[in-house]
Order: sequence, then C-alpha cells, then structure tokens
Amino acid sequence: MALKRIGQQTIALPLRPALCAGAAYVGKKEGEGPLGESFDFVTQDELYGQQSFEQAEKQLYLDAIRKAIEKAGMKESEIQFLLGGDLLNQIITASFSARELGIPFIGLYGACSTMSESLSLGAMLLDGEHASQVVCAASSHFCTAERQYRFPLEFGNQRTPTAQWTVTGAGATVLSLSPRKPPMARLSQVCMGRVVDLGVTDANNMGAAMAPAAADTLLSLFDDTHTTPADYDLIVTGDLGQVGHDLLMQLMREQRMPLPQDKYRDCGLMIYDDAQDTHAGGSGCGCSATVLNAHLLPRLESGELERIIFMSTGALMSLTSSQQGESIPGIAHAVVLESPKRKE
Amino acid sequence: MIWSWLWMYLKVFLVGGAICCIGELLCLLTKLTPARILVIFILAGVVLSAVGLYAPLVEFAGAGATVPLTGFGHSLSQGVIHAVQEKGWLGAFTGGLTATAGGIAAAVFFGTLVAFICKPKAK
Amino acid sequence: MNRKGEKTVNRQRIHTDPQHYNYLTEKLSPPSKLGSGLLRAFWVGGLICVLGQAIADAGVAFLKLSTTDGYSLAAIVLVFLTALLTGIGVFDKIGKYAGAGSFVPISGFANAMVSPALEFRREGLVLGLGAKLFTIAGPVLVYGIGASVLVGLIYAILFH
Repeated sequence: MALKRIGQQTIALPLRPALCAGAAYVGKKEGEGPLGESFDFVTQDELYGQQSFEQAEKQLYLDAIRKAIEKAGMKESEIQFLLGGDLLNQIITASFSARELGIPFIGLYGACSTMSESLSLGAMLLDGEHASQVVCAASSHFCTAERQYRFPLEFGNQRTPTAQWTVTGAGATVLSLSPRKPPMARLSQVCMGRVVDLGVTDANNMGAAMAPAAADTLLSLFDDTHTTPADYDLIVTGDLGQVGHDLLMQLMREQRMPLPQDKYRDCGLMIYDDAQDTHAGGSGCGCSATVLNAHLLPRLESGELERIIFMSTGALMSLTSSQQGESIPGIAHAVVLESPKRKE
Repeated sequence: MIWSWLWMYLKVFLVGGAICCIGELLCLLTKLTPARILVIFILAGVVLSAVGLYAPLVEFAGAGATVPLTGFGHSLSQGVIHAVQEKGWLGAFTGGLTATAGGIAAAVFFGTLVAFICKPKAK
Repeated sequence: MNRKGEKTVNRQRIHTDPQHYNYLTEKLSPPSKLGSGLLRAFWVGGLICVLGQAIADAGVAFLKLSTTDGYSLAAIVLVFLTALLTGIGVFDKIGKYAGAGSFVPISGFANAMVSPALEFRREGLVLGLGAKLFTIAGPVLVYGIGASVLVGLIYAILFH
C-alpha cells in the first residue's frame, strides 16, 4: 500500500481538500485592530449578551461555525465532523457548542495550535475519504483565559513586556471534497509537529516557549518536501508575538534556513497594532483562527497569495504544571495552503 | 506649626514611596509574582518589628510605614508582643489577629459587599 | 532536557541546546522599564500613604482615637476605598500604571481579596465568592499570622 507520507513528518494529500468558506467572530479590541474590517462580526460587548464570559465564548464559537457553514452554501446536517477545541479546562467551549450542533464531534486540545491541528486532521479525514464535509474551529476569550491561567480581571497588576494578550475570537473553516462554490483555498500538505521544550519556564513569555517547536516543524516540512522559504509566498505562524517572532528568525538563521523578512508574518502581530498596548502581541487559539479565516483565506482566494504555510503554535502548559516549576513544552502544526488560482 | 505639619507629610510620602519602590524593584528585576512579593513584605514586617527595627520607622514616618504591607506585619508582631506581656504564652495566639482585625474584617466585609453589587469588566 | 536534567531522547531537527536558547531568549526579550516603573511606584505609593496619614490624623483629631487606632481607621478606610475602586473597574488601571505603588500598600491586600471575589461570584456564593476571596491574599494571612505566632512564642519563652 502506497503511504501518503513524505519524509519523516509530512503527509501529502493528493485529493487536495478544499477550504470552502471561513468565518471569524471577534471582540471589540480585535475589531479596533488593523484587521477590524475583515471580520464577519465584531461584538462590542465582551459578554456577547450572555450570563458569563464562558457562555459568551461558546456563543461566539457556535455563531462562527454556523456562519462558515452558511457561507459554504451548506446545511448543518450535511457536515459529518466537527473538529475543534479551545483553551478552557476540558475544552468546554467546543464541546458545549457541539451539544447544540448535533454534528459528530472530535474534541481537540492543542493549546493555541488548535486551528492548524483541526485543519490537519479534518483534511486527512477528507483525503482518506472518511468524510466529504467537515468543519474545523477554534476559539479563545480574553476574560475566560485570564481567569483560568492568570489573575482576576480587576486585579491591579502590571503585565511584563513579554506578555501577550489573549485574543477574544472564534474562527471556523468548512472543508470539503466537493465544494458547492469555487473554493477559497486548497490544502495540499500537512506537517504534524513534535513537542519541543528548550526549558523556558516563564509563563509570561510564551512566544519564547513556542518558537523552538515552530522552528522544528518548519525545518521538518522544508526537509520532507525539499522546499525552502523561497517556494512560498508567505509563512504565517500562529501567536509567537514579537519575542517569539524574533527568536524564530534567529533559530532559522542558525539552522541555515533563514526566513526572509518580507515572507514571514505572525498572526499575533497582525491582529493588534502597537497603539493597543498589548505588549508582545496577541495569543490564544482565536488568534490564528480568526486571522486565517478573515484575512489569509480571502487573500488566497483572490490569488494575491498563491502558496502559504499556515502554522499555529501552542504552549502546552497548565496552571498546575507552571506552579510545580515545569518548563513549557511547545508544539506547532503546519499546513500548506494553495490558492485555487495557482497554476501547477 | 505648618512647617512641622508639612515635614511630617513629606516624611510619610518619601518613606511610603521608598517602600513601594523596593517592591517595584523586586517585581521588575526578579520574576516574582505580586502574591509572592506581598508574602515577602509581610514576613519582613513581622521580623523587622520583632527585632525592634520597625517601630522607629513608624515613629519617624507614621502612615508611610504603617500603610505598606510591612506595616501590617508590624501590627501583627506588636500585637502578639503586647498580648504575651498581658496574658503570657496564650497571647502569642490571640494578639496578632486582634491587632489587625480592623483591616482583615474590612477586606472580607467590603470584598463580599462589592462582589454582590458589581460585575467584573472586560479590558 | 526534562526538569530533573535527564537527557530525553532527541529526535528533534532543531539542535539548539537549552543554555544557548536561554541566552537568545534573554537577548531578544525586551527589558522592563526600570526608571519610569520606579517613579510611578514611588509617587502613587507615597500618595496612598499620605492619604492614610490624613485619615489617621483626622481620626485622632475628630474621633478622639489613640494613634494606634487612628492607623487602624486609616487601614479600614483605605480598604473600603480600594474595594469601591475595584468594584467600579478603576483599580486595575491604577495597578497597571503604578505596579508596586498600589499593591504594596494595604490597598493591594484589599484588591487581592476583592478582585477574585468579584470574578468568581458566578461560581456560586460559597465555593465561588466565599472560597476565592482568599486565593491571592490567603498566603499573606497564612505567613503573616504564622510568623507572628512564632514571634509571640519566642518572646514568651525569652521574657516570661
């Protein structure tokens, strides 16, 4: 049997599943950022009309999924799998959304790497012909993440310069083998990352904790596919922030695979501008999920970008592991997305 | 009269500000969280007061020394010492909380009250 | 490397050792701004103490309190003001500006109790509000009271 694997870590998807449509629902601060115009919906109320921030995040998640399915010209009943996760304990946002959707649900936890993790697995399900339509989703909410991982909202502390700001937002993408409308992009390769830990223990410097994993996955992808950064129009990481961005550039230089300045972007640095005082940039599952669906997919659809690497990055720690002094393991999963306008 | 009054308040300001600066230095130079710094401050207050170094500072700077958390430690320490003088060893257990009851009870009471009335706001 | 320093199996493509990476991280992470941080902590902290002194002086002058009781009154009023400012969502902004200037004075202790109570109110009155009131401030009481009992016992042994 011919395996679809190429090299050690990369999987080629010959059926090239289509990304039919995406939706991004975000909070007020994200709406005021540079990408504010491109989101499907910006809520001015962080509670989103709900009783608690957890319920608000669930509702954003649910609405983003429904919007994506609607934009793909499909019905909920036609979707065969929901793959998704979030940052909260026991991924309650994703599973409580699935409770209302009635789509078979595969819950994922990859910390902030969840968006590319769900895209990878969804695309593999399609390429293996185990499903013909799936939806992938991820979300985070500043207020729910803050109270779970850090301090109460009204606690008067100072954030360190390396700290990142959790994005309030949910992104969902519909993947299909037989799209109803011209697809926005196609997914050709997947590179599932290894967990890499170079001993960073500072929970306020997650970019530094995740950068080695990002470098590891990128090197594997380039190695397995015999490509270099020159073969892509853009390489986009999830939420490394300013510190992680600089560290990844440095690591790649040291590994003799430098990333050109104009070809490398980080979602955490795209979603806010400097005036928003987020320190090192955005983070959270919702960061890469909303930037992909609101900003990157339309640029692939128009052909402005022909081939990109989209790689969400996750810091796999918990409050317990941090308090016990464990270092922070990082992970990064990469997918190669191609424009439908790209000539072979 | 007005000058001695101004001088007193200047001392309060300078000493209080300086104690906060020590906290800020700890915060910026080490990676200690605020909770840990508060624990360090209260322990420092208890110990400095017990060996007799903090009382002169309170004498000198008044609220500049009592309002920071080291002052809370000072109250605990002075409380037990006075109670031990009155009641013997039993005072070691009753004196500290008696001396600081006002602040603690106020924090519990007002904290609960505010939690009933207000809601946390997003940033 | 794991926490105990044992070498884990290395199948990773990236061959940067933790010491070198630690050096890179420190080099590329922006430092905290020491000067402005200290200045802000100094003037806000100093001002809170001045406010405390004014309350204590007023207590002594108008309520005929002893000096010690005056300082207790100052603590209670500052705690009340902090609880109020925390409740209306202002204290976190002061804290962001002043850092230790607002958390080292008694206001920080009060904020550390009020903010979790407010935040976890939705998890119920007993295990939410009641229990979480002490999540950040609890250790302060534990070590403060613990140390004071120790001081009292030593004092009792030495002088009685």
